[in-house]
Amino acid sequence: MSSITRRRWLQRTLTALGGLTVSACDRISESPRVNSTLDWAEELNQRVQRVLLGRKALAREYTEKDISREFRANGTTNPDTEEYNALAKGRFVSWKLIVGGLVERPLQLSLEELRSMPSRTQITRHDCVEGWSCIGKWKGVQLSRVIERAGLKPNARFIAFYCADTLELTLDGTGQYYETIDLVDALHPQTLLAYDMNDRPLDIAHGAPLRLRLERQLGYKMAKYVMRIEALESFQKLGRGKGGYWEDRGYQWYAGI
Amino acid sequence: MSGAATPAQAAGSDRALADGRIAFYRHPLPVRLTHWVNALCLWLLLMSGLQILNAHPALYWGEISTFDQPLLSFGAADGPAFPAWITLPGFQDLAGGRSWHFFFAWLFVLNGLVYLGYALRSGRVRNVLAPDREQLRNIGRSLADHLRLRFPHGDAARGYNVLQKLSYLIVLFGLLPLMLLTGLTMSPAMDARLQWLTALFGGRQSARTVHFFTATALVAFFLIHVLAVLAAGPLNEMRSIVTGWFVIKPEKRS
Repeated sequence: MSSITRRRWLQRTLTALGGLTVSACDRISESPRVNSTLDWAEELNQRVQRVLLGRKALAREYTEKDISREFRANGTTNPDTEEYNALAKGRFVSWKLIVGGLVERPLQLSLEELRSMPSRTQITRHDCVEGWSCIGKWKGVQLSRVIERAGLKPNARFIAFYCADTLELTLDGTGQYYETIDLVDALHPQTLLAYDMNDRPLDIAHGAPLRLRLERQLGYKMAKYVMRIEALESFQKLGRGKGGYWEDRGYQWYAGI
Repeated sequence: MSGAATPAQAAGSDRALADGRIAFYRHPLPVRLTHWVNALCLWLLLMSGLQILNAHPALYWGEISTFDQPLLSFGAADGPAFPAWITLPGFQDLAGGRSWHFFFAWLFVLNGLVYLGYALRSGRVRNVLAPDREQLRNIGRSLADHLRLRFPHGDAARGYNVLQKLSYLIVLFGLLPLMLLTGLTMSPAMDARLQWLTALFGGRQSARTVHFFTATALVAFFLIHVLAVLAAGPLNEMRSIVTGWFVIKPEKRS
């Protein structure tokens, strides 16, 4: 074998070996059994963090001077549907938050009514799953107060948030943004339905007229453009059954890390 | 405490080979097992970590991201900052990268605890890893020998040399715990419990940056580690970390 053909042979062998490794890796990382084994870590994260944190541990709150000059808006920055645009044009005066599902008293709350309820203001850090962080000031009504007003039925275990934005166009409608949280998080004192950001009404990019703040978890849990909330026993029938838009696309339902 | 040339547990485990060399039992089973589990974990954590970093390939200092003034950003205008062959999964998949990362992070921690328990109970830290005074005094000479790729032979090769000891101590009790702590700091849930830790690193984004540079230091350690194995005799070194047995040529006594 001449040195050139030998070199070429070596090159080809290495490329093939490399390709084999990469495709083997990809096959492994696409295998359902491997993925369900990996999910074991998510379960462990949730259990351990729930024990360490308890129900009441508060996320850190900051001061006015810590607020980010630029608070990145991620995901949808404008739902841009006919219905939403009409609401936005009317400054959400005709918008109503619908509260239903496993509750004793279904509610419809206007922005004005939400604002007239006792409020909480908090300056907190928003951690995106991508890795970046921003600090913002949020004012809103504690979700626990809305839940209290509606009255949960005993079999309610989760709260679902249905949003105005469609992040992916699908035939079956599973591209609509939604999220679910359990009652530990729903009743946490820092869990807000926020209508103000940095002392101004929430803008469209950050989720007007109402968004969820869930300070001990990552950003994708904090649904924007919330139109309707519902108390549920299980979220299996929503979307593709994993409890949220991003969860349906492989992200962890428990996003504490 | 015994000198560097004769670590405490080496005595009594020598086996004379036919050619006059001596095989001795250098790495006990728990060390070999945890070494390889750790190697697997670190490799997969690195690859899945780069997958995660690809989602936002910029680093900052402080609590928050100052997008217009990153400390460092990686990059590629088109395509991912870190190429597919070095990420896990081998295609853009932040969710998948996170799943791999947390799974092997747990394995890494559990494995580390097993090692730590063994190392402390067996006296390994004191007897095998801690350098003695004489070694520390001669650190300059050891460094010069290493740079010329000259490694100890005979009885002197029974124990770790001073550079080995120091680098293992730094990795085991410095870099690896630092990876865990900076990793935990990035968790918004853990932050509600461990705010002092976030403060210690100067903020969440600082912790993320330290996480990256510590990983870089581990990669550098890995490269030097492998280079040293190759230079010191790859077969003998590999045999010892797989089977435990290390072969030395005894020096003639006059």
